[in-house]
Amino acid sequence: MTDDVAVLGAGMHPWGKWGRNFVEYGVAAARAALADAGLEWRDIGSIVGADTVRGGYPGYVAGATFAKALGWQGARVASVYAACASGAQAVNTARAQILSGLADVVLVVGADAAPKGFFRPAGGDRPDDPDWLRFRVLGATNPTYFGLYARRRMAVHGDTPEDFAQVKVKNSALGALNPNARYRKAVTADEVAASAVVADPLRLLDICATSDGGAALVLSGMDFARRHGVADPVRIRAVSTVTPRYPNTVLDLPDIATDSAAAVQPAAETFRESIARAAYEEAGVGPEDLSFAEVYDLSTALELQWYEDLGLCGEGEAAKLLREGTTALGGRIPVNASGGLASFGEAVPAQAIAQVCELTWQLRGAAGDRQVAGARVGIAANQGLFGHGSAVVAVR
Amino acid sequence: MVAGWFAGDGEDFRLIGTRCSACTSVFFPREDGSCRNPGCPGGELEEVALSRRGRVWSFTDSRYRPPSPYVTNPELPWEPYTLIAVELESERLVVLGQAAPGVTVADLTVGMEVEVVPGVLHEDAETTWTTWQWRPTGVTE
Repeated sequence: MTDDVAVLGAGMHPWGKWGRNFVEYGVAAARAALADAGLEWRDIGSIVGADTVRGGYPGYVAGATFAKALGWQGARVASVYAACASGAQAVNTARAQILSGLADVVLVVGADAAPKGFFRPAGGDRPDDPDWLRFRVLGATNPTYFGLYARRRMAVHGDTPEDFAQVKVKNSALGALNPNARYRKAVTADEVAASAVVADPLRLLDICATSDGGAALVLSGMDFARRHGVADPVRIRAVSTVTPRYPNTVLDLPDIATDSAAAVQPAAETFRESIARAAYEEAGVGPEDLSFAEVYDLSTALELQWYEDLGLCGEGEAAKLLREGTTALGGRIPVNASGGLASFGEAVPAQAIAQVCELTWQLRGAAGDRQVAGARVGIAANQGLFGHGSAVVAVR
Repeated sequence: MVAGWFAGDGEDFRLIGTRCSACTSVFFPREDGSCRNPGCPGGELEEVALSRRGRVWSFTDSRYRPPSPYVTNPELPWEPYTLIAVELESERLVVLGQAAPGVTVADLTVGMEVEVVPGVLHEDAETTWTTWQWRPTGVTE
C-alpha cells in the first residue's frame, strides 16, 4: 500500500492529577516519542498539536506552543481542535501532509491538564452555544448522557448494571498492567456496585475520570522510514474523520434534541457505526480482520455500544460478547488492552493519540504484560462533541 | 434565557420549534437560520407547536450538583433531578428535558407516555426562570 504512513515513535507522559501545565506533559511525551523514533527534534519537518481549550490562550495554538517549548526550529505547524477527536484529527493532518509530500516526518502532540470534576463549557453567557445551553437549561452533564445511553441499552437489549460493572472489572485489570495509566488497581464488581450513583444507572466507577496527561507520535512516509533503517514499521492505514448524516436520530452530546426524521428517512447506519465503516473501507479490512480494538469507554455501557458499532458482534449482542470473555485479554478480540479511559481518565487532546500509541506498542509486540498475542491489525475509535468522529486503523 | 422555545399556559403549554416549508423538516430547538436538511432546496422556517405528548426514549438523573452555568444555591443540600429524553411520534424527534418535580427514575420506564408541562428552572428575588418539564400522563402532582 502506497498510502501507508509509518509510526516511527510513540511516547506518553504518565496520566494522573499532576497539577502542572499541559505544555510540560506534551513536551515530555514529544521527547519520549522522538527518542523512540531515534530522531532529534531538529529532524522534524512539521509539528501538529491537538488543542486544549482549557489551558487558556496557549491551548488554542497548541502546535506552536509545543514547538516553542521544544525550541523554535522553523518547522511547519498546525493546530487541530475536534473535541475528543482532536488527537485523531491531528494524526490525520500529519498523515495528509506526509501523503501530499508537504512533510517527510511529522511530530503529533496532544496534552491536557484537566479540571477536577465535571467538564463544563467556557465561561460567560453564551446562549448561542449548544454546550452552554445543555448545562444552563437542563443541567445535563456528560455523565447524564452516558446514563441515558446505559438505560436505553437496558431497556432495548436487556443489559444489566452487572454487565456494565464487568467492563470496569476487565479494563481496570488491564490498566493495572500499564505503567502510563492513572489508575493501577484492579477493581471488583462489588466495588463498582458499592460506588455512588452519579447518573442512574451508572455509578462513579462506571464513568471515566478527568486526568492530566500527554501523548505523542512521530509519523513519516514509508520511504523516509526505510532510509531511516526501519524496514517494517507499524503503519497507519486509515484515519476516518466523518460527520453524521442528516437526520442524526440518536441523542448525542451536547444536543438537547435529535434531528427530526419526519421529512427524510434516516440512514440504516448510525453515526458511530459510520465512523468505523469509513475506516474499514479506507484500510481495506473488516471487523473480522482485527486483532484488537481501543475504544472510548467514557462509560462502561458506552464500551458495549462500541462493540456493536465496530461490528464485533450484532446489535444487542455486546453484553454476551463481554460475558464470554471475547473482549478480554486472551479473547478473540481484546478491547481496551491499555486499560482504556477507565484506567487513564480523560485528557481530551491526548487521548486519541494515546490510543494510537497503544496500537503501536501492541503491533510491535512491545506491550509487556498486556500484550495481545499475535497482534496484526488494530483499530482505535473515538467520538467528540459537536459531530466529530474518528477511527484509526494500524497494521503490522 | 432562551426566547421562543415554549409558549402557553396549563393545557395549552407547548414546546415551540420551526418547520421548513419546502421539506417539512422540524427543528427543536428552533432553527431560524436555514433548513439543515442537505437535500432541501431551502424553504421558509415557520414556527410550529410540537406535540404535547410523547414516549420515554430513556431517562437518568443527576445525583451530583452540576457545574455552572447551571444555577443552584450552594447553601442548600443538593436535590437530584431527573432527566427524560422523549420521542415525539409525529415530529419523529427526541427532546431532552427535566422531569417535573417529584418524578424520580423509579417512576419511569422506557416507552411510558409523558406530557410537557410548564415548570420553574430556578428563581431569585427579581426573576423566575421558566422552562419545560416532562411528566408521566395521568399524574397530577
